[in-house]
Amino acid sequence: MIELTFTEVVIALAYLTAGIMFILGLKGLTSPRTARKGNRIAAVGMLVAIITVIFDLVVHDLVSATAGWAIVVGGIIVGGAIGAYLALRVQMVDMPQLVAAFNGFGGGASALVASAVIVGTNALLPTETGVTTALSLAIGAVTLTGSMIAYAKLQGLIGGKPVAIPGGPATNAVIGALLVIAAVFAVVTNSPAAYWGATALALILGVTAVLPIGGADMPVVISLLNSFSGLAAAMAGFTIGNQALIIGGALVGAAGMILTLDMSVAMNRSIPNILFSGFGGTVASDEEIGTKPVKRATAEDAAIALSYAQNVMVVPGYGLAVAQAQHAVRELATALEERGVNVEYAIHPVAGRMPGHMNVLLAEADVSYDKLLDLDQSNPKFGHTDVVLVIGANDVVNPIAHTDENSPIYGMPVLDVENATTVIVVKRSLSPGFAGIDNPLFYQDGTMMFFSDAKKALEDTIKAVNEL
Amino acid sequence: MSEAFIQGIVVFVLASFVGFEIIRRVPPTLHTPLMSGANAISGITIVGAILAVTLGNSFVLGLLAFLAIVFAMINVVGGFLVTDRMLEMFKKVPGK
Repeated sequence: MIELTFTEVVIALAYLTAGIMFILGLKGLTSPRTARKGNRIAAVGMLVAIITVIFDLVVHDLVSATAGWAIVVGGIIVGGAIGAYLALRVQMVDMPQLVAAFNGFGGGASALVASAVIVGTNALLPTETGVTTALSLAIGAVTLTGSMIAYAKLQGLIGGKPVAIPGGPATNAVIGALLVIAAVFAVVTNSPAAYWGATALALILGVTAVLPIGGADMPVVISLLNSFSGLAAAMAGFTIGNQALIIGGALVGAAGMILTLDMSVAMNRSIPNILFSGFGGTVASDEEIGTKPVKRATAEDAAIALSYAQNVMVVPGYGLAVAQAQHAVRELATALEERGVNVEYAIHPVAGRMPGHMNVLLAEADVSYDKLLDLDQSNPKFGHTDVVLVIGANDVVNPIAHTDENSPIYGMPVLDVENATTVIVVKRSLSPGFAGIDNPLFYQDGTMMFFSDAKKALEDTIKAVNEL
Repeated sequence: MSEAFIQGIVVFVLASFVGFEIIRRVPPTLHTPLMSGANAISGITIVGAILAVTLGNSFVLGLLAFLAIVFAMINVVGGFLVTDRMLEMFKKVPGK
């Protein structure tokens, strides 16, 4: 057993402190009341880790050339400035693409650390470290390019529709298999060239795996890439023998995995199905209104129903985010609250383009967080809700999920808005949602269809409420 | 296999369990800040990136280390800042 020096003990305990602060920080996120403080605790934990590594370099005189210090200080300043600029400038509606980009940088950083280890050691690594280095490289590289494609899709640089790759899912399977072969070969033969081959294949796989996935499935993709960025960091931690990386990486890996599973349950699809089917991108088109009779509503009808209600539940969907109508919703709610109406919001897990996105948009519009209800909180309430206002949502309020065993959304958790006395659906047309399924809710007795753009519908309704 | 590597596995497994147990309790309303905050934590790879400068003095190594530090710092600073910006908006507005 090798005895550690005092300094080495201090360094090891400082990394442990950073890890504990990450855990406490995440614990703070379990309630909106403590969340901000939690995030700050985690940030201080990160500062502790950075100070510790610099302390390590100084006391052990590990940086031989001045250039080494220039790289460290320069990199910290450049990266910190870019990060701060991106974080302070982003609009809340663009949050999914920013998080996608950050995932990519995180994964990329871990892949670069692994690359430096291969260059620095000429790939002469013990088998177990070789395995973690190969994993860090491969997972990090997939995360880097996969996140870039996810960013490009969410930002609208390339269409949100699934892009078919030549050969379909079989191509990805082949690239994946070659990647595994190259990685195993690299570890067994200590060949730098094989590591670089595996890295190249992983970079390609990130592109070809995410390109065919449609915009509506992005919540799952971002969650999964989030998990990967953590796993890549943990693997890099094994390679360089640093427990702070292992703890931090494992926590993020777990967080991303939970969100990925949550999202796939909320979408009623298995993760392999989302990753390999290329569905979920059929953008709802403004098709002609169906032939079945519906009850149409005007802004005045909506205003009357809402103003004379006791309890109103707003169900916001992605259409609301696209129309940037969260402030208009808030205004309508304020007008109703002034008339003594109780207004709450029922938010389905996949209402936005990433988990919890809709909540952020509504919080931005100054909606109190205790008014934002999730599936389990809102479903028991619809029975005594007078009016439900569905804005830009479709599949998540489709009762077929309970009744039609043959439907692709059968078993998917949905908001049971049909239990309310009146349902007002704001929608551009009767076109089906991304799953392409007709919604019997629209033809129900208590349902009124308000065909309009989300923002315009809300503005007209606010005007009508104020004129009552 | 070295003793340190085994210890690493122990730490990894235990941290994953702690992660699952805590993060399962994060309410859906905070899932976006959770993701961006967790993302910032994955920037812990900054420690590895900084240590990479000790691996040698070649130009290639310097470049790899510099890029790794830049990428990780974007993740760290950007992630924590944007999470703070989001959480600042989550307020409980007193009922009328």
